[in-house]
Amino acid sequence: MPLTTARRAKRRGPRRFTSRDLAVIGVLLGIPVLLDLALIWGPTLASIGLSFTSWDGIGDIHWVGIDNYKTLFTDYPPFWPAVRNNLLWVAFLGLVATPFGLLLAVLLDKGVRFSRFYQSTLYMPVVLSLAIVGFIAQLVFSRDQGALNAILANKNDPVDWLGDPDLNIWMVLLAAAWRHTGYVMILYLAGLKSVDPSLKEAAAIDGASETQTFFRVVLPTLRPVNIIVGVITVIEALRAFDIVYAINHGRNGLELLSVLVTDNIIGEASRIGFGSAIAVVLLTVSLGFIVTYLVQELRGGKKG
Amino acid sequence: MTVTTPPAPVRTVTPVTGTAKRRVTRGRLGLHAFLMVVSLAFLAPLLLAVYASLRPYEETAKYGYFSLPRHLSFDYYAKAFNDSGMGKYFVNSLIIAVPGVLLTLFLASFVAFCVTRLRIRGGLVLLMVFTAGNLLPQQVIVTPLYVLFTKIDLPYWMSDSMTMYDSYWAVLAVQVAFQVGFCVFVLANFMRTIPDEIVEAARVDGAGVWAQYWNITLPLCRPALAALATLQFTWMYNDFLWALVFISDGDKLPITSALNNLRGQFFTDYNLLAAGSVIVALPTVLVFLLLQRHFIAGLTLGASKG
Repeated sequence: MPLTTARRAKRRGPRRFTSRDLAVIGVLLGIPVLLDLALIWGPTLASIGLSFTSWDGIGDIHWVGIDNYKTLFTDYPPFWPAVRNNLLWVAFLGLVATPFGLLLAVLLDKGVRFSRFYQSTLYMPVVLSLAIVGFIAQLVFSRDQGALNAILANKNDPVDWLGDPDLNIWMVLLAAAWRHTGYVMILYLAGLKSVDPSLKEAAAIDGASETQTFFRVVLPTLRPVNIIVGVITVIEALRAFDIVYAINHGRNGLELLSVLVTDNIIGEASRIGFGSAIAVVLLTVSLGFIVTYLVQELRGGKKG
Repeated sequence: MTVTTPPAPVRTVTPVTGTAKRRVTRGRLGLHAFLMVVSLAFLAPLLLAVYASLRPYEETAKYGYFSLPRHLSFDYYAKAFNDSGMGKYFVNSLIIAVPGVLLTLFLASFVAFCVTRLRIRGGLVLLMVFTAGNLLPQQVIVTPLYVLFTKIDLPYWMSDSMTMYDSYWAVLAVQVAFQVGFCVFVLANFMRTIPDEIVEAARVDGAGVWAQYWNITLPLCRPALAALATLQFTWMYNDFLWALVFISDGDKLPITSALNNLRGQFFTDYNLLAAGSVIVALPTVLVFLLLQRHFIAGLTLGASKG
């Protein structure tokens, strides 16, 4: 990698690396870059390539053009339910869990007593793996042994919260939101603490109500946090996997794109080409958000 | 950008009149009631799991979860731990997570150092490549990696499967490659706040790149490294997918993925499953409670940039 001091040359004057420096940089920068390219970006490109083949992982690789995509869109029953569930996931986390996390952050930022206790409790679920969240969801929602049916005392006509394909997605979303809310709350809490209090005071002097101050003054200054939270929300919603896999392997109403990819590559039916096509659909959606985010970061970085 | 979250400024409410004061207190009470209810709702599933795990299944089956306990014991914990060989799975998790965290932090901090301190050409591109890589859905790269790992042969002393597939190396490598992205992002933000002069002075004194990195920059990054270490440990420990896909031998699974298998053994006995879940969750909850400050700093270090 060519090394220059162009950007800071004026201030610092020309600078040379000794050959030992170059060796250190070469090895220690080389390893992570190679790892990233070989294990993250290479496979991403390979996924795109494989999605146009009918490879089963063992035999020869046959180019089939867009056949996989055609099959996917027209003749693969779990696909559209999975897309729908992924979108529901984005909508639910984005419209319910995220605003709720923001609300909690705003309330805790008022400097209430016991706020440490509230904070700890509210983001405790964040440290649990989604797999554990899945198991705990079963404890709460299962038909015969679940706590929810016990509360409702409907022993004679128990609701199958996780088994009923019309219901289970909502229960799982609730469980996922349980974890997401705390995460969002911490991020906003940190952001709120860095908001200049004099801004709020100025708004108050101008006669703005608390709500007005929040939406017109505080929220706009939280822009960088909003963007991070937005990206995390969408990416987490698209990545969702563990929780449904832990509950029922993502079947019977809980289909997700991530599960379909996994199903197609592990297990006996190793349809790598087809699985890759699903992965590419997932990638396409994610990339839209990743690029938006990076553009934002880049702008921020230039300013700073 | 703000790196450390400053303590919340003490907000004193100075009531103008008596009515204002009363309104404030009533508002506060409502606020506490709301926060208390939400907190309890958030805790309830965890408490339920703990409670269930302490009671015999027959008892909850007969009287329901919300009955008063007639018999409480740690029997299920002993049973879950001994019968399922959980100790072994914990060791597997540590084999992956401990080197994983150390390697990730080491590599990421050097990349961040190159980008922010040495200002190498293309540093910004590098930063973006790493950051964006961390945001990709894991499932996009899982297929080619699976194929790749089955093709890489390892000597027997490294992997008894003779390939990278079905060995700890596969999971470790992916974890490191994937998480370096996040750490580079956070550490670069952190390093930007270190004054240039410190490194500059060392450079004038003839310190090489390694010395500037290891002796000068890294010690200054200790708060960020501690935060990231806490966070990364939790994430690597909680990993589910990588191990599920890259390890086929059940004995090599880390604890989080292994729990999925345990469920098969436990499926009739929810209380036993609850005990298993609590055991698996315990390390991350403990890490969180003990190192709360670091944990939260790790999540917010990169986010409160502005």
